[in-house]
Amino acid sequence: MFSASTEAAEVILKSGWFLENAFIIPIIPAVAFFLIIFFGKKMPMKGSEFGILSMFAALAMSLGAAYQWIQRVNGVSEETYVKPIIRSWTWWQNDGVSLGIGQHIDGLSITILVVVAFISSLVQIYSTEYLHGDRRYTHFFASLTLFSAGMLNMVVAENMIQLILGWELMGLCSFMLIGHWWEEGANSRAALKAFFTTRTGDIGLLVGTSVLFFAANDWTQKTLGVSGFSIRGLSAWALSGDPSSAAITVGAVALFIACIGKSGQFPLHTWLPDAMAGPTPVSSLLHSSTMVVAGVFLVARLYPVFYEGMNIYGNSVNFIVLIGGVTIVIAAALAFVQTDIKKVLAYSTVSQLGYMMMGLGAGAWLPAVFHIFTHAFFKACLFLGAGSISHSASHHSFDMKKDMGGLRKFMPITFSTWIVSTLALCGVFPFSGFFSKDEIIDNVGYAGYNFFMIVGLFGAFLTAAYMTRATYLTFFGEPRGAAAGEHHEDEHDAHASHDDHGHDAHDSHAAHDAHDDHASHGPRESGLIITVPLILLATLALSSGFLNAPAFGEKWENLKKWAEPRAEVVSVTGIAKPAGAHGETRIAAEKADGHHASPCGTETPVGGVCYAPQLKHAPFKWWKAGMSVGIVFLGMILSWLLSVQLYTRKNKKLVGLTERNKVLGAGYSFLANKYYLDTLYEKIIVRSIAHPISRGAYWFNQNVLDGIVNGAGTSTRKTAGWVYRNVDQKLVDGAVNGAGTSAENAGGALQPVQSGKVNQYGALLFGAAAIGALVLVIINF
Amino acid sequence: MLASDVLVAQNVGFAIIAAIMVIGALRVVTTKNVVHAALWLVVVLAGAAAQYILLAAEFLAVTQVMVYIGAVMVLFLFGTMLTRAQIGAEKDLNNKNAIIGLPIAVLLLATMLIALNDGFKAEKLPADSPLVTTQQVSDQIFGIYLLPFWALSFVLLAAAIGAIVLARRD
Amino acid sequence: MLLNQFLMLGAVLFCIGVYGVIVRKNAVLVLMSIELILNSVNINLLAFSLRNGSPDGHTFALYVIAVAAAEVGVGLAMVLLMYRNRRSVGLDDLSEMKG
Repeated sequence: MFSASTEAAEVILKSGWFLENAFIIPIIPAVAFFLIIFFGKKMPMKGSEFGILSMFAALAMSLGAAYQWIQRVNGVSEETYVKPIIRSWTWWQNDGVSLGIGQHIDGLSITILVVVAFISSLVQIYSTEYLHGDRRYTHFFASLTLFSAGMLNMVVAENMIQLILGWELMGLCSFMLIGHWWEEGANSRAALKAFFTTRTGDIGLLVGTSVLFFAANDWTQKTLGVSGFSIRGLSAWALSGDPSSAAITVGAVALFIACIGKSGQFPLHTWLPDAMAGPTPVSSLLHSSTMVVAGVFLVARLYPVFYEGMNIYGNSVNFIVLIGGVTIVIAAALAFVQTDIKKVLAYSTVSQLGYMMMGLGAGAWLPAVFHIFTHAFFKACLFLGAGSISHSASHHSFDMKKDMGGLRKFMPITFSTWIVSTLALCGVFPFSGFFSKDEIIDNVGYAGYNFFMIVGLFGAFLTAAYMTRATYLTFFGEPRGAAAGEHHEDEHDAHASHDDHGHDAHDSHAAHDAHDDHASHGPRESGLIITVPLILLATLALSSGFLNAPAFGEKWENLKKWAEPRAEVVSVTGIAKPAGAHGETRIAAEKADGHHASPCGTETPVGGVCYAPQLKHAPFKWWKAGMSVGIVFLGMILSWLLSVQLYTRKNKKLVGLTERNKVLGAGYSFLANKYYLDTLYEKIIVRSIAHPISRGAYWFNQNVLDGIVNGAGTSTRKTAGWVYRNVDQKLVDGAVNGAGTSAENAGGALQPVQSGKVNQYGALLFGAAAIGALVLVIINF
Repeated sequence: MLASDVLVAQNVGFAIIAAIMVIGALRVVTTKNVVHAALWLVVVLAGAAAQYILLAAEFLAVTQVMVYIGAVMVLFLFGTMLTRAQIGAEKDLNNKNAIIGLPIAVLLLATMLIALNDGFKAEKLPADSPLVTTQQVSDQIFGIYLLPFWALSFVLLAAAIGAIVLARRD
Repeated sequence: MLLNQFLMLGAVLFCIGVYGVIVRKNAVLVLMSIELILNSVNINLLAFSLRNGSPDGHTFALYVIAVAAAEVGVGLAMVLLMYRNRRSVGLDDLSEMKG
């Protein structure tokens, strides 16, 4: 009976070569990486052709896989669970544990594959012009290609170990690319900061993976015959009702800490704006559209684990929603005080990532994934637009206040693509951001998090306002500085601090003849290699929202149909529906809602397993959409008026307000110092870790030894002149003196311990061990 | 030869080797000549290899001879020669920590001896237990202890690269 | 043979090694003392292996030998570097702390 239905189901599910062989996609750029490293310098285009071709191949394969996946989904009914295409080969095995490497292809991975391959291709093309003549041109393309390999590998990963492999590759490439112009101290510092900050979070990834493995391995081996690293196994395990709540909560929290680090969530977001020290194509690819969504992707990938571990749909606010909500507002507020156009975009990215996290935390899986999709296009477009400005108009400066303004006349293409993307970012109907961001806000409210819905709306208001400010400063008003055609060699030094290219790159640029024109001319439009990617991205920023537009009825909800995993109890082979699907109702999930047709995530599945929880979808209401678009317009108009007064009319009442008004001034400096988080991390935490021994010894001097030395001191003094001291000194200022001398003595007594001599440290170590052992022996006698 | 004779012979052998090892070890930490210290260390390591044979670990014994006496000692001697102008007795080998070191070592020794005496008293090693074969060891290394083995190979690789990077002149 | 005779031999060698680590000034000699400590550990591992009749001890003893080899390699490289920079292998001269 069972086998019959299995066969029947297998006939229904279509597959194809691209789907079955999607694991090749990350291999292509990986091979290209080695080709670039070994042969790149000898090639006519210095290795960039390998990178571009490999990305085109990956894009073609991703599109093929997407087409075949859509065929596969369309072949079955709306409620049927579509089995992902999972292939696995043993990578290595060790007595009880075997690790596979392979692919786990479903709607989510296909979506991200297409985005990553597409944006990587465009960015690589753009970079051939932007980095023309750079001294490490070949290495740049090698890192960029390796990064794509890492990200694609993470997306197709079949198990957690393979995912970590991709994750770490991205971290490494991010480090190399941020520090691409490492000759300038600020750049290499930014690279180190990014590396260490994400590394701090990555501890969580390792801890979480191990916790989940040890908690899940027995269950997955017994039930599904896969290891506890497998994504499929973990998903089924999390929803089976078997895991202990402690294990899954600890695992989910640990993994989420990794996501906080990678996706720049509060309080580990500080590295992301600094990462703008890298070349602009890097900012565009890694730090806005792809790498930073790795954390969001991980949450979406292992959504059942977070669903159960974080108690999504529980009654209280969960960790993910909280972090996401806080990040939205905190980052958006910071974007107001930036003068560097890339930093505005960086904080905007942090804020948008907060939206994705908040959506995931509130059960809005699909809108969050859709926001990854749309955000990638418009944010990449904005960054490349900023790069286009600095490349052609503002003489490699990114300072909006000093070197931009009035550029709309000179750069019509950059300007119009920028406007389209800005409107998409702000969420104006019918641009793509509207369909994703608004859905997140709507669903967060629908899930019962009213406060966070307001946070989301407020975030949208702030987004509209700071983007309007940035747009005004860049494209409107009078041209200033480099944008006005000024070019002085002496001024160039002053630019160095915010000069993206840095001096070396610039010098190598100078060797290139085009540079001479460049210096003598004023701002102009960039060449085709730069504008074509911009136009493509802007087109997608305008249109990609229609992929999932519930505003126009169910027919338009294509991404929901294609990407969202269907919550159905299935047999362990993932195909046939077992008999008797309903079990005991679970406490964690809420059931009252009529949308819960499936027991997944609400009940313990019986006779089968679930791979995805049943999620609610807020019905689309025009009045809600109208309200949020209204808020966005309000933000734009207010910000526009303020910008005109501040930057063009130089209104006396407004300019310098922060200097005159104490409260506002305090607020401004609080923002300008990024909430003092950097100070906290670098000055306080790092320093205390860097000098723990000296600090510990100092504390020891001050506190512990005081008592001992005090005792010793008094006893010697007793024999000498106890009476004298008592009568005279102690009555007068004995207390004060005593404290002072004893502290000094204690310091002196402990000074030899901190000698810096290795042998003495060894003696202390072994002495402590001996005493410890002795204590144990005595206790056990 | 009776089984008890073998045991007696083993015990006598142990006692002799142990005495040589202790003397050698003491000379390693007290001698005034670095090269002598290295040669005394050879004595101790060779004694350890002999003890391994008494403990029925012939593979380990051979490894000990090859790795320690063959490779590590050569490294030590090279290290000594590359870092010292003269080969001969020197006064300045010890620091002033003897007054701390001796009590610590004695305290540690006393603690351990008390604990061992208390824990194992006169427990005998089984005379007829199945001997561990090299095959079993290799099965373990490439079986359940594969992961540590991998880690170890990375440690060795890192050590090799690290040593080159540290020691090369550029 | 008693189990304890091996363990006690190990203990004696260990403590001699500890003494050497503390009192020796020459870095090469400190490394030698560390070798003594590692060897005493190996004797213990093998004694317990014989007692339990399991090959675990052998495996770990092999690992210890490998780690010791790596340690000596890096250690001596550091000593060389130290000698090159300071013309001395005295550990006392390494201290840069004032006071």
